[in-house]
Amino acid sequence: MSARRDSTTSAPSHMRSDSILLANVSRRSFLAGVSAFGGLVLAVGFPAALRAADPPKYGRDGMDDGWVDDPLVFVAIGEDGTVTIVCHRSEMGQGVRTGMPMIVADELEADWKRVRVAQAPGDQKRFGNQDTDGSRSTRHFFEPMRRCGAAARTMLEAAAAARWGVPAGEVEAQNHEVVHRASGRRLGYGALAKDAAKLPVPSRDTVKLKDPSRFRYIGKGNLKLLDAPDIVRGKAQYGIDTRLPGMLYAVVARPPVYGGKVAKYDAAEALKVPGVVKVVEIESSPPPAEFNPLGGVAVIARNTWAAIKGRQALKLEWNDGPNREYDSAAFKGTLEQSARKPGKVVRNEGDFDGAMAGAARRLEAEYYIPHLAHVTMEPPAATVRIANGKCEAWGCIQSPQAARDRIAKRLGMQAADVKVNVTLLGGGFGRKSKPDFMIEAAVLSKAMGGAPVKVTWTREDDLHNSYYHTVSVEHLEAGVDAQGKPVAWLHRTVAPTIISTFNPEAKNEAPFELGMTAINIPFVIPNLRIENPDATAHTRIGWFRSVSNIPHAFAVQSFVAELAAAAGRDPKDFLLELIGPARRIDPRTLGDTWNHGEDPDRYPLDTGRMRRVVETAAREAGWGSKALPKGRGQGVAVAYTFVTYVAAVVEAAVDDKGALTIPRVDIAVDCGAQVNPERVRAQLQGACVMGVSLATKEEISYKAGRVEQDNYNAYEITRIDAAPREIRVHLLPGDFNAPLGGVGEPGVPPIAPALCNAIFAATGKRIRRLPIRDQLKA
Amino acid sequence: MVTLNVNGKAQQVDAAPDTPLLWALRDVLGLTGTKFGCGMALCGACTVHLDGQPTRACITPISAVAQRKVTTIEAIGADRVGKAVQTAWIEVGVPQCGYCQAGQIMSATALLKQNPKPTDADIDAAMGGNICRCGTYSRIRAAIQRVAGQKGATQ
Repeated sequence: MSARRDSTTSAPSHMRSDSILLANVSRRSFLAGVSAFGGLVLAVGFPAALRAADPPKYGRDGMDDGWVDDPLVFVAIGEDGTVTIVCHRSEMGQGVRTGMPMIVADELEADWKRVRVAQAPGDQKRFGNQDTDGSRSTRHFFEPMRRCGAAARTMLEAAAAARWGVPAGEVEAQNHEVVHRASGRRLGYGALAKDAAKLPVPSRDTVKLKDPSRFRYIGKGNLKLLDAPDIVRGKAQYGIDTRLPGMLYAVVARPPVYGGKVAKYDAAEALKVPGVVKVVEIESSPPPAEFNPLGGVAVIARNTWAAIKGRQALKLEWNDGPNREYDSAAFKGTLEQSARKPGKVVRNEGDFDGAMAGAARRLEAEYYIPHLAHVTMEPPAATVRIANGKCEAWGCIQSPQAARDRIAKRLGMQAADVKVNVTLLGGGFGRKSKPDFMIEAAVLSKAMGGAPVKVTWTREDDLHNSYYHTVSVEHLEAGVDAQGKPVAWLHRTVAPTIISTFNPEAKNEAPFELGMTAINIPFVIPNLRIENPDATAHTRIGWFRSVSNIPHAFAVQSFVAELAAAAGRDPKDFLLELIGPARRIDPRTLGDTWNHGEDPDRYPLDTGRMRRVVETAAREAGWGSKALPKGRGQGVAVAYTFVTYVAAVVEAAVDDKGALTIPRVDIAVDCGAQVNPERVRAQLQGACVMGVSLATKEEISYKAGRVEQDNYNAYEITRIDAAPREIRVHLLPGDFNAPLGGVGEPGVPPIAPALCNAIFAATGKRIRRLPIRDQLKA
Repeated sequence: MVTLNVNGKAQQVDAAPDTPLLWALRDVLGLTGTKFGCGMALCGACTVHLDGQPTRACITPISAVAQRKVTTIEAIGADRVGKAVQTAWIEVGVPQCGYCQAGQIMSATALLKQNPKPTDADIDAAMGGNICRCGTYSRIRAAIQRVAGQKGATQ
């Protein structure tokens, strides 16, 4: 596996300039003619031609382009022994550029100090699915990456055995070298790379994986974040940092109302701004927005500041279109009206109406969660140049293949002629899974004759033209018996669906939205009905970290605590009673046909695991065992999301003036085994802060179709002083041979309800409308 | 043309005098470690040191800094405290996406140089202008306390 520099790897990406993308000349020629992909793709995860009779595909098999576990795609070893491992998922803070290569390195018996990581460009046929979303990277690629490393290790062992003329069974890879046990002879990986490259890749069924007891990195938490040294020195390269010779800088004035377009514009004053080069109109795309740019007027200049000033000097008139009346305060009323009438039934068990009629007591509550924006610290930014019939793009993108395909389509090129380089992402949270901003850069580069153009979104652009988290009203009713035990449960969830961004007629939540803690609640309640009345979208709705789990879990977990209070019961005990005894539930029996895309047999809803996280968080938080001073209280909530179980106990303190502080949060997590427990803790801590932030401060509102928030002064997010002072994460042990759960998102949903339940415990005040803001003020 | 003193070097910057220092650093001088986050001194991602004082480069025009010393994240490691802060950031595992961390490190370094043993309230006051959307605040606090607890790191 002699290393070579990939000539198609361009310098401005965040790889080191001397990095190697792929091995390996000898294998490539050896395999020429065997495969349509130059011999590189030996093992695509599923057959290209699926028959109708094939069983449904779950998990990684169900993703576009599936998975690849070919070591020749992911591993290169130089003669100096340097091991280069390709990371094909986007790094946005979840630590995937550390975690994924760590899996390969462990099985490869590589010394991490001699491992380098190269970032894959968008090319799913070669690397398998690259959509870095849905908390899927580790859970989908743990096994393929293990096999990848193990296969490469097997090839090195075979090469050493051949060199020494001994049976392969007598040699063993150990920490970057192969050892002959009997004689003690050793050869380093660098010395074996060339020979190993000539050997066939062992078939999947013959590759022997390590016993997890022999892992050196997986599960240990002993490796520092790969990119941290560059990050702390200001050397890390994000999408906004791309610099190319002759590059121009653009900002775009986009329609302020979704579906609007330019009526007319006058660029004369803009063109007078020193440094402004050109003003270009970007054609608008009528709704559905999909991944298309919104259109507008771009100002292209010699630096970003000149472009910003040029944009300020544009005279613009918009035709606002059908959403010009969108007013979020009025829309709240519209959603409430829908929530108070029967809607589409999405799950129905027993006889809700009959049970309500016979109930000793009836309770009702409505919860409101506004639109939210991701406000990634790095706003969307991308650079594109076009030369000699090839387009090359750089960007902070969660979905590089989608970016590649959409750029190609927009430019009328073949995807093969478009290369999308993935930089580091300064936050993603779902915003950067939409490549609209990369397509803008492509359109503008084309308008400039192929010159490199960087598009930078300002914070105002980011807030005004995002793909927003939906807005929702969650209406809950319950009938309880004389002891306060629920006998009837109704949940009406009303929220514009993400599908509306692709199909404007869509007015109901999709299975993937309902399956986010609305229908898949495992409560032991005999009569239960879940409904989803219609809701119309008036803005771009998109994925936001943990998606519909935010409103659903907020409502469901708040309402459970309300029922507990009405019954005069301990909320934790009451919650555990509703969850019921430990059992494994087929999600389909709950009406959840989605199950986060996972096989319902491999991933049943396990109420034993759900109980355990609740019990663990409560125990670790000292639930019920400590005397809290006046104005302090604890709240609990649990959510099963992205096939992971997370419970949180929040301790809230509210002073006489209504000022809220959060001294401590205990979070118990069962995501199965943890590849990088240190980063799992980091993700859960971060998700907790995001949960606090959206619960206490965040709201996108609209007037006349326009977002009212311009920047962080109006769209406030939690700062260090208001963040929980102590966030303790308790990881439940898992088995590396059992299916893994997600990590990036599941920490968010339980936080807002646990916080509001804590506030209720502290003050007796029940929060049903987010954000909390000044609702606690005396 | 404005002459700036950046990281100990005199640099000619060909940009309008009202150009914020942020864009001069990033677009003209190629020092992209200083980040754009808001353009209104609301998030702290662009924090640099101006004669040792933490300053938001996004609202500081280059005309106002011509006679002053600009230090950016690229050079803060040459300072003993800056180096200790960077090391603590790695050891504690502060960064997630890392985008805001240049600004966080510049603010934390300025704090520790001025106040080697900051209280929690001091940390809140000094770091309150720096937003982290990944929510790394508890580790930022821990890393600052780690440096403060090290003998000789800040003295």
